[in-house]
Amino acid sequence: MEKVLAGQTVQVDQEGYLIDPNQWNEEIARAIAAEEGIELTPRHMAVVKWIRETALSGKPLSIRTVKKSGVVDIKEFYQLFPGGPLKLSTKIAGVSKPKSCL
Amino acid sequence: MMASHLSKKLNKEWEIILVDKDEVHYYQPGFLFIPFDMYKEKDVVKCKPDLLPKSVHYIPSKIDRILPEENKVLLEDRVLNYDILIIATGCQIAPEEVEGMKGPLWHKDIFDFYTFQGAVALRDKLRTWKGGKLVIHITEMPIKCPVAPLEFAFLADDYFKKRKMRNKVEIYYVTPLSGAFTKPVSSEKLGYLLKEKGIKMVTDFAIERVDNENKKIIDYGDREVDFDLLVTVPTNMGDECIARSGMGDDLNFVPTDPHTLQSKEYENVFVIGDATDIPASKAGSVAHFEAEILTENILRYIEGKELLPAFDGHANCFIESGNGKALLIDFNYNVEPVEGKFPIPGLGPLALLKESKLNHWGKLAFRWIYWNMLLKGIPIPFVSATMSEKGKKLN
Repeated sequence: MEKVLAGQTVQVDQEGYLIDPNQWNEEIARAIAAEEGIELTPRHMAVVKWIRETALSGKPLSIRTVKKSGVVDIKEFYQLFPGGPLKLSTKIAGVSKPKSCL
Repeated sequence: MMASHLSKKLNKEWEIILVDKDEVHYYQPGFLFIPFDMYKEKDVVKCKPDLLPKSVHYIPSKIDRILPEENKVLLEDRVLNYDILIIATGCQIAPEEVEGMKGPLWHKDIFDFYTFQGAVALRDKLRTWKGGKLVIHITEMPIKCPVAPLEFAFLADDYFKKRKMRNKVEIYYVTPLSGAFTKPVSSEKLGYLLKEKGIKMVTDFAIERVDNENKKIIDYGDREVDFDLLVTVPTNMGDECIARSGMGDDLNFVPTDPHTLQSKEYENVFVIGDATDIPASKAGSVAHFEAEILTENILRYIEGKELLPAFDGHANCFIESGNGKALLIDFNYNVEPVEGKFPIPGLGPLALLKESKLNHWGKLAFRWIYWNMLLKGIPIPFVSATMSEKGKKLN
């Protein structure tokens, strides 16, 4: 469905994740983050950009892979994106929610 | 299963060798029933050599490592050369991956039921446990048999009701997932069952460590859940020989093509069951469906033909829900578990994503099917290797 974020019209799924990652830009990231109650600092943005690059290159995303990459330690990850850091950071990064397989 | 299938299809030019460090073969779905005294130890154990076709050469040995560049497998005392390798080394629990999990309380107040020893130790504990806070917990995904922790919760509710002590027990279900399950339709249905049985859920819990002294589990967001008795599913990892061989990912699972089951790196290596990294469930039914397709692809590989990318991630699982009932789910890579009839559209007789007594009997009958049909490579009538969309309530 359509949604207006930062004055731009984008396509999102039922949970608010961008359907087309190419519609993303930093302003949209800030708008999504604001909806989740997060104000993006440069530190947030650095992690969001890593998440985006990793997801778009087809590599799997999990707490384990984030930990191993060293981009952020998991405690800080939870502080930056409280509640569900993988769910939140991927939404803000304009990529799909990580698939948990059954 | 692959030894059984291939022994019927390959000609005498081929020698089939099966290497396995365990002479004992466990019926793993039975581990769920042992803590509740529903199965005895002998119900889940058979001797491996008895299960194999006579033409298969069985070598009871630990595997040191695979040398895929040289087509060799190093055992403890010898080297085996291969033309084709099928990796079926499965996955096992690794409680030491979480700080404090395998500490002083391990198998005293903290238990697994994913090993024979763990299930038996938990049975002994439950027999004399006087009640308190029971926390059922999943460390991280993927795990084999993803429905088992839910089944455990449902059966625990039953167990304490039968012993007239349900009011003395608080049952919590703690999961890293955002709901009772990963897909929306089944997550709602199973979440509802948890609620109906008075089982409280804590979601999005990514465990960081276990505090043995204060009997708490703590997540990376500093949330705490205290317990009197913790039944956990620790991190599931592939076999260590895969790590020693340099062939696995972070969790020791082997990169595998999700549709052909060929290794992504070595064309004469194939992988089946829990040892793969494919996004299908780690479940016995998946290995069974894979076996049919993998057999076809091994034959094609031998004949120099193109492999068939036929595997669709098909999985089929019974979920014990207590009180003599169970649900059945049937799904694949693209279709989540939904309601319907199985295996015959319209007729069933088994109901999908609904509790029924017939499903429970199906789960119990499955043990016979496992030993006498699946392991022997005999297909189950009406149940195809790829999932059927017929008879399902799809959107």
